[in-house]
Amino acid sequence: MAVKLPPVDVVIVGSGWTGGIVAKELAPTGLKVVMLERGRFQDTSPDFAAPQSHDALKYSRRLELAQDLSKETVTFRNDASQTALPMRQYGFFIPGTNVGGSGAHWSGLTWRWSEWEHRMLSGTVEKYGRSIIPSDMHLQDWPIAYKDIEPYYDRFEKVCGISGKAGNLRGKIQPGGNPFEAPRRNEYPLPPMTAAQSMVMFEAATKNLGYNPFPIPTANCSGDYVNPDGVALGQCHYCGHCTNYGCEANAKASPHFTMIPLARKNRNFELRTNSMVMKVNLDSEGKRATGVTYVDARGREYEQPADLVVLGAFVTGNVQLMLHSGIGKPYDAQSNTGVVGRNYAFQSLGGARVEVPRDTFINPFMGSGALGTWIDDWNGDNFDFGKAGYIAGGGISAGQNSGDPLNYHPTGPGQPRWGAGWKKAMADGYQHSTGVGFQGAVMSYRQNFLDLDPTYRDAWGRPLLRVTFDWQANEQKIIAANTAICQQIAAEMSGKKASATPAPGRLIPGRRFSSVPYQTSHNTGGAVFGDDPRTSAVNKYCQSWDVPNVFVLGASALPQNAGRNPTGPVGALAFWAADAIANRYLKRPGRLV
Amino acid sequence: MTDHKLTDRRTLLKFAGLGMGAAAVPGTLGAQQTDPVAQTGANPAPPPGGHAGHAMAGHTPAPATDSAPAGYMFFDTEEAAFVEAFVDTLIPADELSAKGSELGVATFIDRQLYSAWGQGRTMYLQGPFVEGTPEQGYQSALTPADIVRLGIAEANAVVRKTYADNSFDTVTDAERVAIVTALEADKIALEVVPTPVFFRMLFQLAMDGFFADPLYGGNKGKASWKLLGYPGVGEMYSDKIAEWRNKPFRVEEPMSIQDFG
Repeated sequence: MAVKLPPVDVVIVGSGWTGGIVAKELAPTGLKVVMLERGRFQDTSPDFAAPQSHDALKYSRRLELAQDLSKETVTFRNDASQTALPMRQYGFFIPGTNVGGSGAHWSGLTWRWSEWEHRMLSGTVEKYGRSIIPSDMHLQDWPIAYKDIEPYYDRFEKVCGISGKAGNLRGKIQPGGNPFEAPRRNEYPLPPMTAAQSMVMFEAATKNLGYNPFPIPTANCSGDYVNPDGVALGQCHYCGHCTNYGCEANAKASPHFTMIPLARKNRNFELRTNSMVMKVNLDSEGKRATGVTYVDARGREYEQPADLVVLGAFVTGNVQLMLHSGIGKPYDAQSNTGVVGRNYAFQSLGGARVEVPRDTFINPFMGSGALGTWIDDWNGDNFDFGKAGYIAGGGISAGQNSGDPLNYHPTGPGQPRWGAGWKKAMADGYQHSTGVGFQGAVMSYRQNFLDLDPTYRDAWGRPLLRVTFDWQANEQKIIAANTAICQQIAAEMSGKKASATPAPGRLIPGRRFSSVPYQTSHNTGGAVFGDDPRTSAVNKYCQSWDVPNVFVLGASALPQNAGRNPTGPVGALAFWAADAIANRYLKRPGRLV
Repeated sequence: MTDHKLTDRRTLLKFAGLGMGAAAVPGTLGAQQTDPVAQTGANPAPPPGGHAGHAMAGHTPAPATDSAPAGYMFFDTEEAAFVEAFVDTLIPADELSAKGSELGVATFIDRQLYSAWGQGRTMYLQGPFVEGTPEQGYQSALTPADIVRLGIAEANAVVRKTYADNSFDTVTDAERVAIVTALEADKIALEVVPTPVFFRMLFQLAMDGFFADPLYGGNKGKASWKLLGYPGVGEMYSDKIAEWRNKPFRVEEPMSIQDFG
């Protein structure tokens, strides 16, 4: 029997970027706000103090900062004819836990999506007509235009101290930046990071090939920085312990030090850790949330009444909570009706290995999560994708993340995998190889979706979320085309003929999607935002159509995935929704649309 | 907020100091490799703070002392012998490094299998257990510890049958190479543990023991880090990344987590 707690005004589920932003924006209103985080409390000091924070086995292999799979995971199948089975150990994506969520251990690539990526349906139809869109593809526009969200991108970039070079300043193309960038009102808060050897080589090679390289916009600070909230961020050490690690220097923007401490300065805000939300409770008609039920570390159950519930969990967590709570109509692929679980998408990641001349030295251990150089020439609608035979494309880059030998000890194709010959090849390869990678867009389809598993349960007895996903023809074409371009660039970088060997461990063109190797944590969709309640779970303010005192934030709102990281839109949309909640919803609670 | 910033600044400065004084040795990749195991135990641990471990130019640093393995926690004698022979086959002694068992790789594997991870604490282990497609990944009730324990028993049974009652650790070096090759190619059938699952687990653990921070009992003397030219976990490169671009950055003594005291 749940212990009923005194009511509060707002409950926020999750302490990652979206929950953190809403907490920081709502706490000063004086409302009683409670944030529930399933994981433990953590802060830069002592939790991310070096050198313990550079423990590759603990953080990058045993994934200390990730969701505990023994308690909750997802089940996976490629298509509805299969029986889904649980992801028993970490595979294709790694959702975070603890204060800061995935924001505490992300890589830091922070994009504004291109103008076209905010209106993929309209943009495609205008240029190519409807006939280019396959009948099973659920192509949808964002319900808001780029110009509406631009000020919020700007805010998020300033919070994080994004390092980069503007490519399009108020409509004027800037040398050194991304010429395909959407117009921005301001330069990036910090200049680009210092380029590593592989980036210099990539830049030269792509320029030779007629492409337009530019530094990736990063939430790894190129210099010391104080953000508009007065929070100090340090200069990135390029220490090579970034993705999957917390940062000892606060050089990687994370909600645990940019948002949560600001919210906690308000007495009316309370952070409760080790609090696992089971469901959102609804009134007898299912039209209004009355609060949430959660379980503490000991397993004790609590009911926390609230007037407003904000879901800021990971994509999978948001969708799961909506399905467990009965918020919105679950998606049914057979009849193609319902919205919760609809339009789930992932991303494709592949590339080519680059063997560099023996007088070239990479120093692979000098790196950071987002240190890289990128081309957008084959991404979005920056090229004639209609002629290429698919919709959308991929971003292509080279960079240096981590040279920690636990995860990085490359040898060439055909080299032995163990024994004396292997040791020799590895000693040779470490300084003389690098890679070119792509991040491919993934469209949404009728047959790729999320729902509840009929068999497998989590530690609290709730059905696991079931992921049904496979590459479709459009994505296979993107994968094949981008693999070929990576090979072309790799050949240009190495001065050798293009190798047909894809980068190891990643996807292989033509094969089905596999949940086994880690690829990216960029899941999107499942609770998409839109203008039509038949094809979206939430409105343009990320407010549930069916239960208007529930807002659902994060990448679950994105109607399909782009060929770039989603954290920029996730942060911008959280500010956008927080603005709507604080300035519109709280004044007149009810449907905003 | 003020406190918060001060703390961060102090943390930054404290750690920034650890990166100072590191001497990079250009152009020595693969050259002058010494036997890291011979050094192990021959030098005292660096003083608290660990700064001395970072070489000043012209000064030979004292490598960290890796504590000697105090026996196995998880393995019985048969398992220990198998794993030592296995890691010595994967990582043989040569001019590049000592053999795996001398580098603590078997100790590393023993400790990992005895850990919460090895016992399956971080895995989803609810049934039903159904064999799926390759795209659905690992679907067995076996924990890493089970895989290795049962796999060794099964593999040794096959070896005994094939090699005149010898176990994997008593066959010749050439026979060991042949057995590992056959396991890797899935040419030896095991009954409970699928051969690829057994091989991949033990192979990955051996690799991890070779490359992980010596904190975990393997990679003694930072042998693999020296082999690759990896400077260790304490370096910071914000002031080096431009200066050392396209020049091999090396330190004489890579720093492990233990070296920082």
